[in-house]
Amino acid sequence: MQYLEGRKYVVQAIFLAVALVFATRLFYIQVLDGSYKLAADRNTLQRIVQTPYRGLIYDRKGQILVQNTPVYDLMVTPREVKQLDTVRFAQLLQLPLEEVRASLKAARAFSRVKASPLLQNLSTPELAAIQDNLIDFPGFSIKSRMARSYNTHSMAHALGYVGSITPAFLEKPKYAKYQPGEFLGITGLESYYEEQLMGRRGVQYRMVNVRGIEKGAFRGGEFDTLSVAGQDLHLSIDSELQAYGELLMQGKRGSIVALDPKTGEILAFVSAPMFDPATLSGKGMGNRYMELLNNPERPLFNRPLMATYPPGSVFKLVNELVALQMGVVLPNTGFPCNQRLVRCTHNHEYPSNVGIAIKNSCNPYFYQVMRAAVMRGRSTNRFEDARLGLGEWRRQVMKFGLGDRLGVDMSQEKKGLIPSPDFYDKRNGFHRWNYRTVYSLSIGQGEIGITGLQMANVLATIANRGYYYTPHFVKSVGQGGPLPQFRERHTVGVDPVHFEALIPGMQAVVDGRGGTGNLASLAEFGISVAGKTGTVQNPHGDDHATFAAFAPAEDPKIAIAVFIENAGFGGTSAAPMAALMMEKYLRGNIAPWRKRWEFWLQGPAEKFVRHR
Amino acid sequence: MPTSPARYSRSIDWPTVLIYLLMVGLGWLNVYAASYSPDAPASPLSTLGFQDLMAFNWFKQILWIGTAIVLIVILLVVDYKAYDTFAFVLYGVMIALLVVTPFIARPIAGSRSWLEIGPVRLQPAEFAKFITALAVSRYMAGINLRQQNFRDQLVLAGLTLLPPLLIIAANETGQALVFGAFLLAYFREGMSPLILLILAAAGLILILALLVPKLWLIGAFTVILGLVFAFNVRVLRHHLVLALSVWAVVVGMVFGVDFFFNNVLQPHQRKRIEVLINPSADPLGVGWNVTQSKIAIGSGGLAGKGFLQGTQTKFDFVPEQSTDFIFCTVGEEWGWVGSMVTIILFMALLARTLYVAERQKSVFGRTYGYCVASIIFFHFCVNIGMTIGLAPVVGIPLPFFSYGGSSLWSFTTLLFILLAIDAYRKQDLERY
Repeated sequence: MQYLEGRKYVVQAIFLAVALVFATRLFYIQVLDGSYKLAADRNTLQRIVQTPYRGLIYDRKGQILVQNTPVYDLMVTPREVKQLDTVRFAQLLQLPLEEVRASLKAARAFSRVKASPLLQNLSTPELAAIQDNLIDFPGFSIKSRMARSYNTHSMAHALGYVGSITPAFLEKPKYAKYQPGEFLGITGLESYYEEQLMGRRGVQYRMVNVRGIEKGAFRGGEFDTLSVAGQDLHLSIDSELQAYGELLMQGKRGSIVALDPKTGEILAFVSAPMFDPATLSGKGMGNRYMELLNNPERPLFNRPLMATYPPGSVFKLVNELVALQMGVVLPNTGFPCNQRLVRCTHNHEYPSNVGIAIKNSCNPYFYQVMRAAVMRGRSTNRFEDARLGLGEWRRQVMKFGLGDRLGVDMSQEKKGLIPSPDFYDKRNGFHRWNYRTVYSLSIGQGEIGITGLQMANVLATIANRGYYYTPHFVKSVGQGGPLPQFRERHTVGVDPVHFEALIPGMQAVVDGRGGTGNLASLAEFGISVAGKTGTVQNPHGDDHATFAAFAPAEDPKIAIAVFIENAGFGGTSAAPMAALMMEKYLRGNIAPWRKRWEFWLQGPAEKFVRHR
Repeated sequence: MPTSPARYSRSIDWPTVLIYLLMVGLGWLNVYAASYSPDAPASPLSTLGFQDLMAFNWFKQILWIGTAIVLIVILLVVDYKAYDTFAFVLYGVMIALLVVTPFIARPIAGSRSWLEIGPVRLQPAEFAKFITALAVSRYMAGINLRQQNFRDQLVLAGLTLLPPLLIIAANETGQALVFGAFLLAYFREGMSPLILLILAAAGLILILALLVPKLWLIGAFTVILGLVFAFNVRVLRHHLVLALSVWAVVVGMVFGVDFFFNNVLQPHQRKRIEVLINPSADPLGVGWNVTQSKIAIGSGGLAGKGFLQGTQTKFDFVPEQSTDFIFCTVGEEWGWVGSMVTIILFMALLARTLYVAERQKSVFGRTYGYCVASIIFFHFCVNIGMTIGLAPVVGIPLPFFSYGGSSLWSFTTLLFILLAIDAYRKQDLERY
């Protein structure tokens, strides 16, 4: 029997083996594997986010434009829905039966126990219509939140809109803190100033038990934070001027940008066709958005920032300034109006100096100005000479804020294009192009592209005699003034004296006898306007009309660029429109006898085109 | 009482008593923590009446511990020969009780296994463990397992199997499985190790059959068996029939698993095994218990969240948190350190029990000692195993830790009968 005693070691070994397995397993799940700790927090910690009050938006004169009003979401918790009479429920909501069924199905797919929105953005009257009857439908509840409401029917493109966050946004690191279902600025200023408008979320950590019932603050609220309301935005836009611009642009496509040259503040920002900002808020916003998106007129397209056109004759100003700065021409340099070089649109006096050339928008003159600036004889090879010259010319042109983003406080901005030697090398081949290839640039046609905002900024630069502030919409974030980058002066590297040589010519465009922009004159009010017309050749249809100006010429308070698509000659439509805008801004109202210009500008762009 | 109290007390095995008290004490702390509610109205306990206090598990557990100590005194005072003498009588009474229980008990949680005597609820199955242990030890003392007396072995098997069969009839499968632990005691007394090996192999094959595709398993087994015999051609010639029958049995078992799984096991038992293999199989049902239990223990970290600071157990994520899943509170609030203390205490108790068992002169005492160790070990193994996802969820308590009168009393009785027998052994020595 004695040998059986050895079996006690076998029994002990079995006990010990199990203990070791347990110890190892416990060490693994308790010490090494952190996922159980996360799972425990997920179980018990409920993060309650307090969405702060979104900042308001004011216009230049302190008038409130965008504010918050309570709206209501009808929430459904699928598990609590009992014996739903779908037909009656659909009647109550005044929605098609299939839509209600589809929404309920989506809610069930999201979660059976968590509430999800069935119908969003109900206004207070809409809520009142259904609230009393909701008691018959268990599982449905009302959640209130703040949504944007608008005190203006204009500047939808500048303001942008607020919507619930999309999966595409959630993936960006910038929006890492956002949760699905939260709201944020999607476009425009609402998007650019999201951080400031949003404020800081308050977060409270609550512990909940297995049934989701609150069991008090986590660690006595040690990690809780209070929400901080968003900062208000004070826009530089004058909402009256803005509304007036939108009125004038009614029924046309194009843009108006008006700047205060002394500060770079944007006074008006019209993108036509336009829509009411309230379209993209409230109940049914999704459907209305789709309508805008599918509209062939493309009302969502932010034209002043995104539409790049050749600037037409307005660009002659930049061309001349660059050549003057290079010293290749003088203000009193004359060039013949040689129609063999390039066609000139009208017969006019001999362009014996820059003033006459600008007043008459003489194409051959500016052809020769740019040729003087580009063909400097740096190389005996005329192809190489054009390459070197164009590169240098482009660098100087780009200092005017062309061919690159200005850095306005709105995303979506397009760069435009000032073609480089590389551009032509790629297109035509190395040393396969010369000045005859690129001369269209001298009169603002061809490959060149600039935006409405850039054109207004060029005029502001001329008004300032050589510098600009980056255009911006927001004068002040909260009480803090504009963002720091908008207080920085950018000089364009052209001596002020050259501007003084140019501006009388621009005044003559408006007020000189036979000037191309006579319809923009405000001389009857003693205001001298300096401007330039432009007619942009359009291979796809009627030419685009532009007019760019600033006023008063001696002490500029407004710089403006008007683009009207397919309206033909710039002097006919764009010039009087710019004049009305400047009159409105400088004088506060339109003189009664000038109301006829408003009438003149009504209607579609076609009426301004003289078909040959 | 054959001798003076002072001399008697000196013959008690105090280390075991000390370990017992430590376990019961720590058990109570964890029962308190598991039933503690952080936002309960903080009325001072002194203002509460007895009836109010009886609403708290921790208070009732104090009563169970107090009565258990009274029970200990009684057990130690009773003449040790009584356990030997009355073993079969107790066994008979217990069988009778197990037979009638399903007929007179009200169903509680799906099983008719609780007898209600006034305010006290007893589960006869709990007491079947030590009574069966006494009876088989008594029977073992009269036979010699090694002598291969088939009739004796049959009687022993019958004694061991009758209670679990009755318990299964009352739908308490977990308690019935405990009786498998007796095999360890029989092994110590001479049962062929082949039985343990075959059972272990069978268990392994069953588990593999659930995890690995069947044909692979059979293929691998055939190759291994073939290799073993290929290298021992002489052996093959002598044991060809054996080899073929082993092969046939294994193949039969592999295919039998499905039958067993689908036709023998009840749906909830099948779920528990499925969940063990794949916890996400039934995330909100049985899988919930396993997942939440692991989360509670796993979130404890090295040193735990601190006494009364557990969130998973307190907020009811873990089910049965003060009874079968009490180890979750240990793991969550005391971390790995606390888990290890618990495991070490169990190992110390088991080692001491084996030590005490080995020093018994009588086969009765020794067999009983091994039965005690085996039963406690089985509970330890399955209970902690299920909380950390290593064993299927079987509703059996963790000895001395879990809340509950029946379980505390039955384990106390189990252990202290051994100490009583041990104490008188010394007296016997002194007498001669």
